[in-house]
Amino acid sequence: MGLTVNNLEVTIERRRGTAVRPVRGVSLRVEPGRTLALVGESGCGKSMSCLAIAGLLPRRARISAGSIEFEGADLATMPEAQAQKLRRRHVASVFQDATGGLNPVRSIGWQVAEAVRLREGATRAEADREAIRLLGRVGLPDPERRAREYPHQFSGGMNQRAMIALAVAGNPRVLIADEATTALDVTLQAQIIDLISDLRDSLGMAVLFVTHDLGLVAQSADDVAVMYAGRMAEIAPVARLFAAPRHPYTQGLLSALPGATGQSVRLTTIDGTVPPIDALPQGCAFAPRCGKASALCRDVDPTVHAGVACHHVLPAPVKTKRVFA
Amino acid sequence: MIWLLTKTLRAITTLWLVVTFVFFVLRLSGDPTLVLLPDDIDEATRDFYRQLWGLDRPIMVQYWSYLGALLQGDFGISFRNNLDAFQLVWDRVPKTALLTGTALLISLAIGIPLGIIAALYRDSWIDRVVMAVSVFGFSMPNFFLGILLILVFSLNLRVLPSSGSGTWAHLIMPAATLGISFAAQFARYTRSSMIDVLNKSYMRTARSKGAGPLRRVNLHALPNAAIPVVTILGFKVGELLGGAVITETVFAWPGIGRLLTSSVAARDLAVVQCIMILLAFTMVVANMLTDLAYGWLDPRVRVGAKAGAR
Repeated sequence: MGLTVNNLEVTIERRRGTAVRPVRGVSLRVEPGRTLALVGESGCGKSMSCLAIAGLLPRRARISAGSIEFEGADLATMPEAQAQKLRRRHVASVFQDATGGLNPVRSIGWQVAEAVRLREGATRAEADREAIRLLGRVGLPDPERRAREYPHQFSGGMNQRAMIALAVAGNPRVLIADEATTALDVTLQAQIIDLISDLRDSLGMAVLFVTHDLGLVAQSADDVAVMYAGRMAEIAPVARLFAAPRHPYTQGLLSALPGATGQSVRLTTIDGTVPPIDALPQGCAFAPRCGKASALCRDVDPTVHAGVACHHVLPAPVKTKRVFA
Repeated sequence: MIWLLTKTLRAITTLWLVVTFVFFVLRLSGDPTLVLLPDDIDEATRDFYRQLWGLDRPIMVQYWSYLGALLQGDFGISFRNNLDAFQLVWDRVPKTALLTGTALLISLAIGIPLGIIAALYRDSWIDRVVMAVSVFGFSMPNFFLGILLILVFSLNLRVLPSSGSGTWAHLIMPAATLGISFAAQFARYTRSSMIDVLNKSYMRTARSKGAGPLRRVNLHALPNAAIPVVTILGFKVGELLGGAVITETVFAWPGIGRLLTSSVAARDLAVVQCIMILLAFTMVVANMLTDLAYGWLDPRVRVGAKAGAR
C-alpha cells in the first residue's frame, strides 16, 4: 500500500527544441497513516514532483523517466486514461492558494459535491449531503448555510478548509498538500496542519506534505525528504534528520534556522545561490556552495545511499550519536 | 431597489444629455430651409417656413418647447413630409432590429466557439489560423466588405439580391457584412478571456478532481470567461447600431440607419433627434441588461447578495 516513487524525472520541452529537467531522479515513499514532508528551496522541483505524481503537470512537461508505483501498478507507464482514473479515485491534492484554487462563480457546496460525484459516482442529492458532511468534518461552522456561499465570502483559512474537504471527498489513499499552509497566518497554519493530521489518521491516508518551512516539518511529519536542484539530498525520519543531519545542504538549512533562545544571534546562511535548472554544474549540484566539495564532487553526481546523496557521508552508522553544537 | 432607482435616474440623465447635445449641434450646423427648399426661392417663403417650423424663435425658447413636447411624447413632425417623426422612425425599427439581431447572433455563434477553440489549442496552427482570419475579419471596413460581397454574390454568381429587404435572401449579405467583423472581435475577446481563465489555479483544481475536458470547459472555464465577454457585448451594441447605418446604406436596407443618413443630409431635425434618442435609449437599455447579466454570472457582484463573513 502507499505510493512509491522511483527515480522520477520530469522534462519540460521549451521552444526551439531545448528541454530542462526540473526533477532529476526523485525517489520517495509515502505510507498510509504517515506524513512525508518534502522540503527544499523555491525552484528545487518539489512542486513539480507533486504535480507529476498527481498527474497535473502543465503543458509541455512530462514524466521522462522513473516510476510511480501505486497499488501494484506504475502510474508513470500505464496508459494515460487508466492512470488518470486511478489518480482521480485515490490521489488528491491541496494547493497553496485556496481562494484562487476555488472557482469564483460556483458555490462552495457545488464544488465539494462535484468532487464527491466525480470520485464516487453519487447522485446529486447524495453528493450535496456528503458535501455538507465533509464541510462540517473539516471544521466549517454552519456547513449547511456555508455550502451555499461563494469563495469570495470566505476567509483564506475557510477556503483552505473547503479545499481540504474537496480533496478528501471519496476517501483518497494519498493526499498531496503542496504548500497548503504557506499563505496562512501562523495560528491558522497550526489548525490546518492539525486538521490534515487528524484526517490522515481517521481515513488512513498517506500524506505528502510539501513545504519550505522546516519549523512545520518538525511538528507535522514522520519522515522528511530534502530536495536540492531537482534531486534528493537526504531522506530520513524527522527526529533523526533534525538531530543529526548528514548532507551538507541539510546541515546548512538547519543551521540557518533561528533558534528559540530569544537571544539575537546572527543567522547563518548558505553561501551562493541555487544554480538555475538550465545551467547545472557537472557533478553534485550543491558542490559550488559546499565547504566539503572535492574534485570527486565536482565530477560525479552522487546517488542516494542509505538516505543521503553525498560523497562525504559514509554508509549510515549503526547508531547515530546525538550531536549538540 | 435603490440600485434600480439610481440606474433609472442615471439613464434619464444620459438621455437628457443626448437630447440637449443633439438639439444644439443640429441647430448650429445650418439652416434647414437652405437644404430643404430650392435655391432660387424668395426670402418671404423661406421666412414662412422658418416660422412654421419655429426656427425663427430664440434657440433657448425652441429648446424648452421641444423638451416640453418630448415629455408629452411628442417628437415633432418631419420637415420633409409632415408625418409624425416618431411614427416614421418606429416603422423602420423592425427592419433594423432584424438586421442587427441577426448580425449579433451570427457574430456570437461564430465568434465565441472560434475563440474557445483558439484558446484550447493556443499557440498551435489552429489558433494561428483562427487569429489570422479574425484580423482579416475586423480590419475589413463594413462598406468595403459589403461591396465585395455584392460583387461576388450578386454580380458574378448572381445568387443573392444586392439591395432591398423583401425576402430572407435579402437579409443574408447585410447581416453577414455586419456580423463578420463582430464575430472576429468576439473570437479575440473570447480567446483572451478563455486563456486567462484556463491558467487560473481553479482549473487545476478541477483537473485534480478528475473532471474531464468537456466538463472543465463548460462548467468551470466558460462561466468565468463569459464575464468579460458579456461586458464587451454591452459596449458593442452601440457599435453594432453604428455599423448598421453604413450597412443599411450599402444594401439599401430600409431601416433606421438609412433614414438617419437621409434625414441628416436633409436637415430633417425632428427625425434625426428622434432617431438619436431612440439609439441612446437602446444603448442605455443594453447597458442595464449587461449589468443584470453581469450580476447573474458573477456572484461577486450579485445585487443584494447576502453579505457573508469576509
